[in-house]
Amino acid sequence: MANGILVFIEHVEGQINRASYEAVRAAQLIGAQLNQETSAVILGQGVGSLAAEVAGKKLNRVYTVESGSLSSYTPDGYSIAFKQVIEQVQPALVLMAHTYEVRDFAPKLAASLQRALVGDCIGYKIEDGAGVFTRQIFQGKLSADVVPTGDTPHFVSFQIGSFRGDECEAGQAEVQALTVNLDADQVRQQPEARFKEAKAAVDLTQAPLIVAVGRGIKEQKNLEIVQKLAAAMGAEIAASRPICDNDWLPMDRQIGSSGQTVAPKLYLAVGISGAIQHLVGMKGSRTIVAINKDAEAPIFEIADYGIVGDLFEVVPALTAEIEKMKS
Amino acid sequence: MKIIVCLKQVPKNDSILRINDAGSWIQDRDLTYEINESDAYALEAALQLKEKHGGEVIALSLGPARVQSVIKEALARGADRGLHLEDTAFDQLDAFGAAATIAAAAEGDGFDLLLTGLQSDDHGYAQTGVIAAELLGLPHATIVMDLQTEDGGIKVKRELEAGFFQWVTMPVPAVFTIQSGINTLRYATLKGIMAAKKKEIKKLDAAALGLDAATLAPKQQIKRVYFPQKSKQTQMIEGTAAAAAATLVEKLKNEARVF
Repeated sequence: MANGILVFIEHVEGQINRASYEAVRAAQLIGAQLNQETSAVILGQGVGSLAAEVAGKKLNRVYTVESGSLSSYTPDGYSIAFKQVIEQVQPALVLMAHTYEVRDFAPKLAASLQRALVGDCIGYKIEDGAGVFTRQIFQGKLSADVVPTGDTPHFVSFQIGSFRGDECEAGQAEVQALTVNLDADQVRQQPEARFKEAKAAVDLTQAPLIVAVGRGIKEQKNLEIVQKLAAAMGAEIAASRPICDNDWLPMDRQIGSSGQTVAPKLYLAVGISGAIQHLVGMKGSRTIVAINKDAEAPIFEIADYGIVGDLFEVVPALTAEIEKMKS
Repeated sequence: MKIIVCLKQVPKNDSILRINDAGSWIQDRDLTYEINESDAYALEAALQLKEKHGGEVIALSLGPARVQSVIKEALARGADRGLHLEDTAFDQLDAFGAAATIAAAAEGDGFDLLLTGLQSDDHGYAQTGVIAAELLGLPHATIVMDLQTEDGGIKVKRELEAGFFQWVTMPVPAVFTIQSGINTLRYATLKGIMAAKKKEIKKLDAAALGLDAATLAPKQQIKRVYFPQKSKQTQMIEGTAAAAAATLVEKLKNEARVF
Protein backbone atom coordinates (compact mmCIF):
# COMPACT_ATOMS: atom_id res chain seq x y z
CA MET A 1 0.00 0.00 0.00
CA ALA A 2 1.45 3.29 -1.11
CA ASN A 3 2.01 5.67 1.73
CA GLY A 4 3.94 8.77 2.68
CA ILE A 5 5.48 11.73 0.92
CA LEU A 6 8.84 11.52 -0.83
CA VAL A 7 10.79 14.71 -1.62
CA PHE A 8 13.38 14.92 -4.36
CA ILE A 9 16.59 16.67 -3.27
CA GLU A 10 18.53 18.31 -6.09
CA HIS A 11 22.21 19.16 -5.89
CA VAL A 12 24.99 20.36 -8.10
CA GLU A 13 28.71 20.61 -7.40
CA GLY A 14 28.31 19.51 -3.79
CA GLN A 15 25.60 22.04 -2.96
CA ILE A 16 21.95 21.31 -2.31
CA ASN A 17 19.65 23.47 -4.41
CA ARG A 18 17.92 25.74 -1.92
CA ALA A 19 14.64 25.21 -3.75
CA SER A 20 14.71 21.58 -2.57
CA TYR A 21 14.21 22.81 1.01
CA GLU A 22 11.08 24.59 -0.15
CA ALA A 23 9.83 21.19 -1.32
CA VAL A 24 10.84 19.70 2.06
CA ARG A 25 8.83 22.45 3.79
CA ALA A 26 5.83 21.69 1.56
CA ALA A 27 6.15 18.01 2.48
CA GLN A 28 6.31 18.83 6.20
CA LEU A 29 3.15 20.94 5.96
CA ILE A 30 1.17 18.53 3.78
CA GLY A 31 2.46 15.52 5.72
CA ALA A 32 1.28 17.02 9.02
CA GLN A 33 -2.16 17.78 7.60
CA LEU A 34 -2.65 14.40 5.95
CA ASN A 35 -0.88 12.49 8.73
CA GLN A 36 1.68 11.09 6.31
CA GLU A 37 5.32 10.20 6.87
CA THR A 38 7.78 12.36 4.96
CA SER A 39 11.06 11.24 3.46
CA ALA A 40 13.60 12.62 1.03
CA VAL A 41 15.81 11.07 -1.62
CA ILE A 42 19.19 12.13 -3.02
CA LEU A 43 20.61 10.57 -6.18
CA GLY A 44 24.27 10.87 -7.11
CA GLN A 45 27.73 9.71 -6.24
CA GLY A 46 29.35 10.53 -2.91
CA VAL A 47 26.25 12.21 -1.52
CA GLY A 48 26.79 11.13 2.12
CA SER A 49 27.49 14.61 3.46
CA LEU A 50 24.54 16.07 1.56
CA ALA A 51 22.29 13.37 3.02
CA ALA A 52 23.57 14.25 6.48
CA GLU A 53 22.66 17.88 5.87
CA VAL A 54 19.12 16.99 4.78
CA ALA A 55 18.82 14.57 7.72
CA GLY A 56 18.97 17.63 9.97
CA LYS A 57 15.44 18.47 8.85
CA LYS A 58 12.32 16.95 10.34
CA LEU A 59 11.86 13.94 8.08
CA ASN A 60 11.34 10.27 8.78
CA ARG A 61 14.08 9.09 6.46
CA VAL A 62 16.60 10.32 3.94
CA TYR A 63 17.29 7.81 1.19
CA THR A 64 20.52 7.85 -0.78
CA VAL A 65 21.13 6.22 -4.13
CA GLU A 66 24.77 6.03 -5.20
CA SER A 67 25.92 5.10 -8.69
CA GLY A 68 28.73 6.10 -11.01
CA SER A 69 26.06 6.60 -13.68
CA LEU A 70 24.48 9.27 -11.46
CA SER A 71 27.66 11.30 -10.94
CA SER A 72 26.38 13.85 -13.45
CA TYR A 73 22.69 14.57 -13.87
CA THR A 74 21.04 13.06 -16.95
CA PRO A 75 17.30 12.63 -17.50
CA ASP A 76 17.81 8.95 -18.40
CA GLY A 77 19.92 8.12 -15.34
CA TYR A 78 17.70 10.02 -12.91
CA SER A 79 14.44 8.62 -14.30
CA ILE A 80 15.64 5.01 -14.28
CA ALA A 81 17.03 5.27 -10.74
CA PHE A 82 14.12 7.28 -9.33
CA LYS A 83 11.58 4.83 -10.74
CA GLN A 84 13.24 2.03 -8.78
CA VAL A 85 13.28 4.21 -5.65
CA ILE A 86 9.54 4.68 -6.02
CA GLU A 87 9.01 0.94 -6.45
CA GLN A 88 10.98 0.30 -3.24
CA VAL A 89 9.66 3.17 -1.08
CA GLN A 90 6.06 3.13 -2.42
CA PRO A 91 5.19 6.77 -1.68
CA ALA A 92 1.70 8.13 -2.23
CA LEU A 93 2.99 11.58 -3.19
CA VAL A 94 6.30 12.70 -4.70
CA LEU A 95 7.14 16.39 -4.24
CA MET A 96 9.79 18.38 -6.10
CA ALA A 97 10.83 21.96 -6.63
CA HIS A 98 9.97 23.04 -10.19
CA THR A 99 13.57 23.65 -11.25
CA TYR A 100 15.00 23.29 -14.75
CA GLU A 101 16.38 19.88 -13.76
CA VAL A 102 12.98 18.69 -12.51
CA ARG A 103 11.33 20.02 -15.67
CA ASP A 104 13.86 17.93 -17.59
CA PHE A 105 13.25 14.52 -16.00
CA ALA A 106 10.08 14.55 -13.86
CA PRO A 107 7.57 14.36 -16.77
CA LYS A 108 9.54 11.37 -18.13
CA LEU A 109 9.62 9.69 -14.72
CA ALA A 110 5.89 10.18 -14.16
CA ALA A 111 5.06 9.01 -17.70
CA SER A 112 7.20 5.88 -17.24
CA LEU A 113 4.82 4.98 -14.39
CA GLN A 114 1.75 6.05 -16.42
CA ARG A 115 1.18 8.95 -14.02
CA ALA A 116 0.73 12.69 -14.36
CA LEU A 117 3.01 15.36 -13.00
CA VAL A 118 1.04 18.31 -11.66
CA GLY A 119 3.77 20.80 -12.40
CA ASP A 120 4.74 24.33 -11.42
CA CYS A 121 2.20 24.61 -8.58
CA ILE A 122 2.11 27.66 -6.31
CA GLY A 123 0.15 26.17 -3.40
CA TYR A 124 -2.16 23.45 -2.21
CA LYS A 125 -5.44 22.89 -0.43
CA ILE A 126 -6.76 19.83 1.31
CA GLU A 127 -10.24 18.95 0.06
CA ASP A 128 -12.00 15.75 1.11
CA GLY A 129 -8.79 14.48 2.67
CA ALA A 130 -6.76 14.82 -0.51
CA GLY A 131 -4.39 17.37 -1.95
CA VAL A 132 -5.61 19.87 -4.53
CA PHE A 133 -2.81 21.81 -6.20
CA THR A 134 -2.97 25.33 -7.56
CA ARG A 135 -1.23 26.04 -10.86
CA GLN A 136 -0.97 29.24 -12.82
CA ILE A 137 -2.31 29.09 -16.36
CA PHE A 138 -2.18 31.63 -19.16
CA GLN A 139 1.16 32.88 -17.81
CA GLY A 140 -0.28 33.75 -14.41
CA LYS A 141 -3.37 35.56 -15.64
CA LEU A 142 -5.54 32.77 -14.20
CA SER A 143 -5.17 30.12 -11.52
CA ALA A 144 -6.40 26.53 -11.75
CA ASP A 145 -7.00 24.07 -8.93
CA VAL A 146 -5.87 20.68 -10.18
CA VAL A 147 -6.23 17.16 -8.80
CA PRO A 148 -4.08 14.24 -9.88
CA THR A 149 -6.42 11.38 -10.78
CA GLY A 150 -5.97 7.64 -10.73
CA ASP A 151 -3.64 5.51 -8.65
CA THR A 152 -0.79 6.82 -6.53
CA PRO A 153 1.97 7.80 -6.53
CA HIS A 154 1.05 11.31 -7.59
CA PHE A 155 3.74 13.74 -8.68
CA VAL A 156 3.68 17.45 -7.87
CA SER A 157 6.28 20.16 -8.41
CA PHE A 158 6.15 23.58 -6.75
CA GLN A 159 7.27 26.84 -8.31
CA ILE A 160 10.31 28.36 -6.63
CA GLY A 161 9.27 30.71 -3.83
CA SER A 162 5.96 28.95 -3.12
CA PHE A 163 7.20 27.75 0.29
CA ARG A 164 9.74 29.05 2.75
CA GLY A 165 12.76 26.75 2.81
CA ASP A 166 14.09 28.56 5.87
CA GLU A 167 10.98 27.54 7.79
CA CYS A 168 11.81 23.83 7.56
CA GLU A 169 11.46 22.23 10.96
CA ALA A 170 14.69 20.72 12.25
CA GLY A 171 14.90 17.08 13.21
CA GLN A 172 16.98 13.96 13.04
CA ALA A 173 16.20 11.70 10.12
CA GLU A 174 17.56 8.23 9.59
CA VAL A 175 19.74 7.90 6.48
CA GLN A 176 19.16 4.75 4.46
CA ALA A 177 21.02 3.64 1.34
CA LEU A 178 18.99 2.11 -1.49
CA THR A 179 20.38 0.03 -4.33
CA VAL A 180 19.22 0.39 -7.91
CA ASN A 181 20.16 -1.35 -11.15
CA LEU A 182 21.53 1.23 -13.56
CA ASP A 183 23.97 0.42 -16.32
CA ALA A 184 26.03 3.14 -17.96
CA ASP A 185 24.73 2.13 -21.41
CA GLN A 186 21.13 2.87 -20.34
CA VAL A 187 22.08 6.56 -20.16
CA ARG A 188 21.91 7.98 -23.68
CA GLN A 189 22.74 11.61 -22.89
CA GLN A 190 26.41 12.54 -22.56
CA PRO A 191 26.61 15.84 -20.70
CA GLU A 192 29.66 18.10 -20.82
CA ALA A 193 30.75 20.43 -18.04
CA ARG A 194 28.42 23.28 -17.09
CA PHE A 195 29.63 26.70 -18.15
CA LYS A 196 28.69 30.34 -17.98
CA GLU A 197 28.50 32.45 -21.09
CA ALA A 198 29.13 35.88 -19.69
CA LYS A 199 32.15 36.64 -17.58
CA ALA A 200 31.38 37.22 -13.89
CA ALA A 201 27.84 35.97 -14.36
CA VAL A 202 25.99 36.37 -11.12
CA ASP A 203 23.71 33.92 -9.34
CA LEU A 204 20.94 36.19 -8.14
CA THR A 205 19.05 33.26 -6.63
CA GLN A 206 21.47 33.28 -3.71
CA ALA A 207 21.28 37.04 -3.02
CA PRO A 208 19.43 38.01 0.18
CA LEU A 209 18.81 41.59 -0.98
CA ILE A 210 17.98 42.66 -4.54
CA VAL A 211 17.38 46.10 -6.01
CA ALA A 212 15.74 45.73 -9.42
CA VAL A 213 15.31 48.43 -11.99
CA GLY A 214 12.86 48.74 -14.88
CA ARG A 215 11.82 50.90 -17.75
CA GLY A 216 11.01 53.81 -15.42
CA ILE A 217 14.73 54.60 -15.23
CA LYS A 218 14.40 55.99 -18.78
CA GLU A 219 18.11 56.22 -19.71
CA GLN A 220 21.20 54.13 -19.13
CA LYS A 221 23.06 56.97 -17.42
CA ASN A 222 20.31 57.17 -14.80
CA LEU A 223 21.21 53.65 -13.60
CA GLU A 224 23.83 55.25 -11.38
CA ILE A 225 21.31 56.29 -8.72
CA VAL A 226 20.01 52.73 -8.49
CA GLN A 227 23.55 51.34 -8.35
CA LYS A 228 24.29 53.71 -5.47
CA LEU A 229 21.22 52.50 -3.61
CA ALA A 230 22.21 48.86 -4.14
CA ALA A 231 25.74 49.59 -2.95
CA ALA A 232 24.46 51.33 0.18
CA MET A 233 22.22 48.36 0.98
CA GLY A 234 24.80 45.72 0.09
CA ALA A 235 22.28 44.41 -2.44
CA GLU A 236 22.69 42.82 -5.87
CA ILE A 237 21.33 44.83 -8.77
CA ALA A 238 18.82 43.22 -11.12
CA ALA A 239 16.52 44.33 -13.91
CA SER A 240 13.39 43.67 -15.89
CA ARG A 241 13.69 42.48 -19.47
CA PRO A 242 13.66 45.83 -21.35
CA ILE A 243 16.77 46.98 -19.45
CA CYS A 244 18.70 43.86 -20.48
CA ASP A 245 17.33 43.87 -24.04
CA ASN A 246 18.79 47.38 -24.35
CA ASP A 247 22.13 46.09 -22.99
CA TRP A 248 22.01 48.63 -20.16
CA LEU A 249 22.68 45.72 -17.81
CA PRO A 250 23.92 42.23 -18.76
CA MET A 251 21.42 39.44 -19.41
CA ASP A 252 22.45 37.59 -16.27
CA ARG A 253 20.86 40.38 -14.21
CA GLN A 254 17.44 39.75 -15.70
CA ILE A 255 14.60 38.62 -13.43
CA GLY A 256 11.49 36.97 -14.82
CA SER A 257 10.28 34.14 -16.98
CA SER A 258 13.16 34.49 -19.41
CA GLY A 259 15.67 35.36 -16.70
CA GLN A 260 16.28 34.20 -13.17
CA THR A 261 13.67 33.34 -10.56
CA VAL A 262 14.51 34.72 -7.16
CA ALA A 263 13.03 34.75 -3.67
CA PRO A 264 15.26 37.06 -1.60
CA LYS A 265 14.58 38.53 1.82
CA LEU A 266 14.01 41.90 0.19
CA TYR A 267 13.14 42.75 -3.41
CA LEU A 268 13.05 46.46 -4.07
CA ALA A 269 11.53 47.23 -7.48
CA VAL A 270 12.36 50.64 -8.90
CA GLY A 271 10.43 51.85 -11.94
CA ILE A 272 9.10 48.35 -12.70
CA SER A 273 5.43 48.21 -13.65
CA GLY A 274 5.15 44.48 -12.96
CA ALA A 275 4.28 42.63 -16.16
CA ILE A 276 3.46 39.01 -15.37
CA GLN A 277 6.67 37.85 -17.08
CA HIS A 278 8.57 39.82 -14.44
CA LEU A 279 6.33 38.94 -11.50
CA VAL A 280 6.76 35.19 -11.95
CA GLY A 281 10.46 35.66 -11.35
CA MET A 282 10.23 37.52 -8.03
CA LYS A 283 6.82 37.23 -6.41
CA GLY A 284 8.11 34.63 -3.95
CA SER A 285 10.33 37.27 -2.35
CA ARG A 286 9.72 37.60 1.37
CA THR A 287 9.34 41.38 1.37
CA ILE A 288 8.60 43.36 -1.78
CA VAL A 289 8.94 47.12 -2.04
CA ALA A 290 7.76 48.98 -5.14
CA ILE A 291 8.63 52.52 -6.12
CA ASN A 292 6.68 53.67 -9.16
CA LYS A 293 5.03 56.83 -10.38
CA ASP A 294 1.91 54.97 -11.56
CA ALA A 295 -0.35 54.07 -8.62
CA GLU A 296 -2.17 51.55 -10.85
CA ALA A 297 0.99 49.60 -11.74
CA PRO A 298 0.46 45.84 -11.15
CA ILE A 299 3.67 45.67 -9.10
CA PHE A 300 1.73 47.29 -6.23
CA GLU A 301 -0.63 44.30 -6.16
CA ILE A 302 2.10 42.06 -4.85
CA ALA A 303 4.14 44.66 -2.95
CA ASP A 304 4.26 44.76 0.85
CA TYR A 305 5.29 48.41 0.82
CA GLY A 306 4.64 50.89 -1.95
CA ILE A 307 5.75 54.41 -2.65
CA VAL A 308 3.96 56.22 -5.46
CA GLY A 309 6.37 58.90 -6.55
CA ASP A 310 9.19 60.07 -8.75
CA LEU A 311 11.98 57.53 -8.49
CA PHE A 312 14.53 60.22 -9.28
CA GLU A 313 13.61 61.83 -5.94
CA VAL A 314 12.75 58.76 -3.86
CA VAL A 315 15.80 56.62 -4.73
CA PRO A 316 18.46 59.18 -3.68
CA ALA A 317 16.46 59.93 -0.51
CA LEU A 318 16.36 56.21 0.26
CA THR A 319 20.11 55.87 -0.34
CA ALA A 320 20.76 58.73 2.09
CA GLU A 321 18.45 57.18 4.68
CA ILE A 322 20.16 53.77 4.46
CA GLU A 323 23.61 55.32 4.72
CA LYS A 324 22.38 57.17 7.82
CA MET A 325 21.08 53.91 9.33
CA LYS A 326 24.34 52.08 8.64
CA SER A 327 26.63 54.78 10.01
CA MET B 1 17.22 15.08 -41.72
CA LYS B 2 13.50 14.62 -41.16
CA ILE B 3 12.12 16.94 -38.49
CA ILE B 4 8.61 17.02 -37.03
CA VAL B 5 7.77 20.29 -35.25
CA CYS B 6 4.82 20.44 -32.85
CA LEU B 7 2.95 23.74 -33.03
CA LYS B 8 0.26 24.60 -30.54
CA GLN B 9 -2.35 27.21 -31.27
CA VAL B 10 -2.97 29.41 -28.22
CA PRO B 11 -5.04 32.55 -27.55
CA LYS B 12 -3.12 35.69 -28.43
CA ASN B 13 -0.87 36.89 -25.66
CA ASP B 14 -2.84 40.10 -25.08
CA SER B 15 -6.26 38.37 -25.09
CA ILE B 16 -8.78 39.43 -22.49
CA LEU B 17 -9.70 36.17 -20.82
CA ARG B 18 -13.12 35.33 -19.45
CA ILE B 19 -13.91 32.24 -17.42
CA ASN B 20 -16.60 29.91 -18.78
CA ASP B 21 -19.91 29.32 -16.96
CA ALA B 22 -18.76 25.99 -15.55
CA GLY B 23 -15.66 27.68 -14.09
CA SER B 24 -13.56 24.97 -15.71
CA TRP B 25 -11.72 26.84 -18.46
CA ILE B 26 -11.91 30.07 -20.45
CA GLN B 27 -14.66 31.10 -22.84
CA ASP B 28 -13.32 30.46 -26.31
CA ARG B 29 -15.80 32.72 -28.09
CA ASP B 30 -14.33 35.90 -29.58
CA LEU B 31 -10.73 34.83 -29.07
CA THR B 32 -8.05 35.27 -31.68
CA TYR B 33 -5.20 32.79 -31.82
CA GLU B 34 -1.54 32.58 -32.64
CA ILE B 35 1.32 30.06 -32.68
CA ASN B 36 2.59 29.40 -29.17
CA GLU B 37 5.70 31.55 -28.77
CA SER B 38 8.36 28.91 -28.10
CA ASP B 39 6.84 26.61 -30.77
CA ALA B 40 7.49 29.33 -33.35
CA TYR B 41 11.18 29.24 -32.37
CA ALA B 42 11.15 25.43 -32.64
CA LEU B 43 9.81 25.79 -36.20
CA GLU B 44 12.51 28.30 -37.06
CA ALA B 45 15.19 25.99 -35.62
CA ALA B 46 13.82 23.15 -37.79
CA LEU B 47 13.80 25.31 -40.94
CA GLN B 48 17.39 26.40 -40.30
CA LEU B 49 18.53 22.78 -39.79
CA LYS B 50 16.88 21.83 -43.07
CA GLU B 51 18.58 24.71 -44.89
CA LYS B 52 21.93 23.53 -43.56
CA HIS B 53 21.61 19.76 -43.89
CA GLY B 54 18.67 19.17 -46.23
CA GLY B 55 15.70 16.99 -45.42
CA GLU B 56 12.11 17.65 -44.58
CA VAL B 57 10.18 19.72 -42.04
CA ILE B 58 6.72 18.54 -41.04
CA ALA B 59 4.41 20.89 -39.12
CA LEU B 60 2.19 19.03 -36.66
CA SER B 61 -0.71 20.58 -34.79
CA LEU B 62 -3.27 19.01 -32.46
CA GLY B 63 -6.66 20.61 -32.09
CA PRO B 64 -9.93 21.58 -33.78
CA ALA B 65 -10.30 22.86 -37.36
CA ARG B 66 -9.01 26.33 -36.43
CA VAL B 67 -5.47 25.00 -35.82
CA GLN B 68 -5.10 24.51 -39.58
CA SER B 69 -4.20 28.19 -39.73
CA VAL B 70 -1.12 27.42 -37.62
CA ILE B 71 -0.11 24.61 -39.97
CA LYS B 72 -0.68 26.84 -43.01
CA GLU B 73 1.46 29.56 -41.46
CA ALA B 74 4.25 27.01 -40.93
CA LEU B 75 3.92 25.77 -44.53
CA ALA B 76 4.13 29.37 -45.74
CA ARG B 77 7.31 29.88 -43.73
CA GLY B 78 8.87 26.84 -45.39
CA ALA B 79 7.66 23.61 -43.78
CA ASP B 80 7.11 20.89 -46.39
CA ARG B 81 3.84 19.35 -45.25
CA GLY B 82 1.41 19.26 -42.37
CA LEU B 83 -0.10 16.79 -39.93
CA HIS B 84 -3.39 17.83 -38.35
CA LEU B 85 -4.49 15.67 -35.42
CA GLU B 86 -8.20 16.29 -34.98
CA ASP B 87 -10.87 14.37 -33.12
CA THR B 88 -13.52 15.28 -30.55
CA ALA B 89 -11.76 12.68 -28.39
CA PHE B 90 -8.82 15.13 -28.27
CA ASP B 91 -10.86 18.00 -26.79
CA GLN B 92 -9.94 17.57 -23.12
CA LEU B 93 -6.43 16.14 -23.26
CA ASP B 94 -3.94 16.74 -20.49
CA ALA B 95 -0.18 16.76 -21.14
CA PHE B 96 0.00 12.96 -21.13
CA GLY B 97 -2.89 12.56 -23.58
CA ALA B 98 -1.52 15.24 -25.91
CA ALA B 99 1.92 13.63 -25.78
CA ALA B 100 0.47 10.18 -26.47
CA THR B 101 -1.40 11.54 -29.49
CA ILE B 102 1.63 13.38 -30.84
CA ALA B 103 3.85 10.35 -30.20
CA ALA B 104 1.50 8.08 -32.15
CA ALA B 105 1.43 10.45 -35.12
CA ALA B 106 5.18 11.04 -35.06
CA GLU B 107 5.94 7.33 -34.83
CA GLY B 108 3.63 6.63 -37.75
CA ASP B 109 5.39 9.20 -39.92
CA GLY B 110 8.93 8.55 -38.73
CA PHE B 111 11.52 11.24 -37.95
CA ASP B 112 15.06 12.06 -36.88
CA LEU B 113 14.11 14.98 -34.63
CA LEU B 114 10.86 15.82 -32.89
CA LEU B 115 10.81 19.44 -31.71
CA THR B 116 8.39 21.29 -29.45
CA GLY B 117 8.48 24.63 -27.70
CA LEU B 118 9.50 24.40 -24.06
CA GLN B 119 6.09 25.36 -22.67
CA SER B 120 2.69 26.43 -23.91
CA ASP B 121 1.38 29.88 -23.06
CA ASP B 122 -2.06 28.54 -22.07
CA HIS B 123 -1.79 25.36 -19.96
CA GLY B 124 1.90 25.84 -19.37
CA TYR B 125 2.55 22.17 -18.62
CA ALA B 126 6.10 22.21 -20.03
CA GLN B 127 5.86 18.43 -20.30
CA THR B 128 4.44 17.37 -23.66
CA GLY B 129 7.76 16.88 -25.47
CA VAL B 130 9.36 15.05 -22.56
CA ILE B 131 6.42 12.67 -22.14
CA ALA B 132 6.38 12.01 -25.90
CA ALA B 133 10.07 11.09 -25.72
CA GLU B 134 9.38 8.61 -22.93
CA LEU B 135 6.43 7.06 -24.78
CA LEU B 136 8.55 6.77 -27.93
CA GLY B 137 11.50 5.31 -25.99
CA LEU B 138 13.76 8.12 -27.21
CA PRO B 139 16.34 10.36 -25.54
CA HIS B 140 15.48 14.01 -25.02
CA ALA B 141 16.72 17.34 -23.73
CA THR B 142 14.75 20.39 -22.58
CA ILE B 143 15.21 24.18 -22.78
CA VAL B 144 17.46 23.85 -25.81
CA MET B 145 19.30 26.96 -27.07
CA ASP B 146 21.32 25.49 -29.96
CA LEU B 147 21.49 22.27 -32.00
CA GLN B 148 24.51 20.90 -33.85
CA THR B 149 24.68 17.66 -35.77
CA GLU B 150 27.40 15.17 -34.86
CA ASP B 151 28.35 11.81 -36.34
CA GLY B 152 25.42 9.53 -35.55
CA GLY B 153 23.89 11.98 -33.15
CA ILE B 154 23.18 15.51 -32.16
CA LYS B 155 24.68 17.94 -29.68
CA VAL B 156 22.43 20.48 -28.00
CA LYS B 157 23.08 23.42 -25.72
CA ARG B 158 20.77 23.37 -22.71
CA GLU B 159 19.97 26.40 -20.61
CA LEU B 160 20.42 25.68 -16.92
CA GLU B 161 19.59 27.91 -13.97
CA ALA B 162 21.64 30.79 -12.64
CA GLY B 163 23.26 31.67 -15.99
CA PHE B 164 24.76 28.23 -16.65
CA PHE B 165 24.62 26.27 -19.90
CA GLN B 166 25.60 22.74 -20.83
CA TRP B 167 26.24 20.86 -24.06
CA VAL B 168 24.71 17.38 -24.16
CA THR B 169 25.24 14.81 -26.92
CA MET B 170 22.84 11.98 -27.70
CA PRO B 171 21.89 9.65 -30.55
CA VAL B 172 19.04 10.38 -32.94
CA PRO B 173 16.10 10.02 -33.21
CA ALA B 174 15.65 12.39 -30.27
CA VAL B 175 13.15 14.88 -28.86
CA PHE B 176 14.00 18.46 -27.91
CA THR B 177 12.04 21.29 -26.32
CA ILE B 178 13.17 24.67 -27.63
CA GLN B 179 13.64 27.90 -25.67
CA SER B 180 12.14 31.16 -26.97
CA GLY B 181 14.46 33.74 -28.47
CA ILE B 182 17.18 31.34 -29.71
CA ASN B 183 16.95 32.47 -33.34
CA THR B 184 15.32 35.19 -35.41
CA LEU B 185 11.88 34.25 -36.66
CA ARG B 186 11.20 34.59 -40.38
CA TYR B 187 7.98 35.91 -41.83
CA ALA B 188 6.09 34.12 -44.54
CA THR B 189 6.79 35.64 -47.95
CA LEU B 190 4.10 36.06 -50.60
CA LYS B 191 5.85 33.33 -52.56
CA GLY B 192 5.80 31.12 -49.47
CA ILE B 193 2.10 31.73 -48.95
CA MET B 194 1.38 30.80 -52.58
CA ALA B 195 3.58 27.69 -52.37
CA ALA B 196 1.84 26.61 -49.15
CA LYS B 197 -1.47 26.24 -50.96
CA LYS B 198 -0.07 23.25 -52.84
CA LYS B 199 1.38 21.55 -49.77
CA GLU B 200 -0.33 18.56 -48.21
CA ILE B 201 -2.02 18.66 -44.81
CA LYS B 202 -2.83 15.13 -43.67
CA LYS B 203 -5.61 14.73 -41.11
CA LEU B 204 -5.44 11.98 -38.52
CA ASP B 205 -8.05 11.05 -35.90
CA ALA B 206 -7.94 8.80 -32.83
CA ALA B 207 -8.86 5.69 -34.80
CA ALA B 208 -6.19 6.32 -37.44
CA LEU B 209 -3.63 6.77 -34.66
CA GLY B 210 -4.80 3.66 -32.80
CA LEU B 211 -5.57 5.63 -29.64
CA ASP B 212 -8.15 4.29 -27.20
CA ALA B 213 -10.12 6.14 -24.51
CA ALA B 214 -7.96 4.73 -21.70
CA THR B 215 -4.79 6.23 -23.20
CA LEU B 216 -6.43 9.62 -23.66
CA ALA B 217 -8.17 9.76 -20.24
CA PRO B 218 -6.78 12.69 -18.24
CA LYS B 219 -4.43 11.87 -15.40
CA GLN B 220 -4.90 15.32 -13.92
CA GLN B 221 -8.12 17.29 -13.83
CA ILE B 222 -8.84 20.96 -13.43
CA LYS B 223 -11.42 21.36 -10.66
CA ARG B 224 -11.86 25.09 -11.10
CA VAL B 225 -10.36 28.11 -12.79
CA TYR B 226 -10.37 31.57 -11.22
CA PHE B 227 -8.65 34.91 -11.22
CA PRO B 228 -5.75 34.96 -8.75
CA GLN B 229 -6.61 36.45 -5.40
CA LYS B 230 -4.49 39.31 -4.24
CA SER B 231 -2.38 37.70 -1.59
CA LYS B 232 -0.90 40.73 0.07
CA GLN B 233 -2.01 43.89 1.80
CA THR B 234 0.14 46.67 0.42
CA GLN B 235 1.08 49.46 2.80
CA MET B 236 1.29 52.63 0.74
CA ILE B 237 3.77 55.08 2.19
CA GLU B 238 2.88 58.74 1.70
CA GLY B 239 4.76 61.96 2.12
CA THR B 240 7.68 63.74 0.52
CA ALA B 241 10.48 61.65 -0.96
CA ALA B 242 12.62 62.15 2.15
CA ALA B 243 9.79 61.39 4.57
CA ALA B 244 8.67 58.33 2.60
CA ALA B 245 12.26 57.05 2.44
CA ALA B 246 12.66 57.44 6.21
CA THR B 247 9.37 55.67 6.90
CA LEU B 248 10.27 52.84 4.51
CA VAL B 249 13.67 52.24 6.13
CA GLU B 250 12.09 52.24 9.57
CA LYS B 251 9.46 49.69 8.46
CA LEU B 252 12.01 47.47 6.69
CA LYS B 253 14.11 47.48 9.85
CA ASN B 254 11.50 47.05 12.55
CA GLU B 255 8.49 45.50 10.83
CA ALA B 256 9.85 43.39 7.98
CA ARG B 257 13.21 42.90 9.72
CA VAL B 258 15.22 42.77 6.54
CA PHE B 259 18.03 44.97 7.88
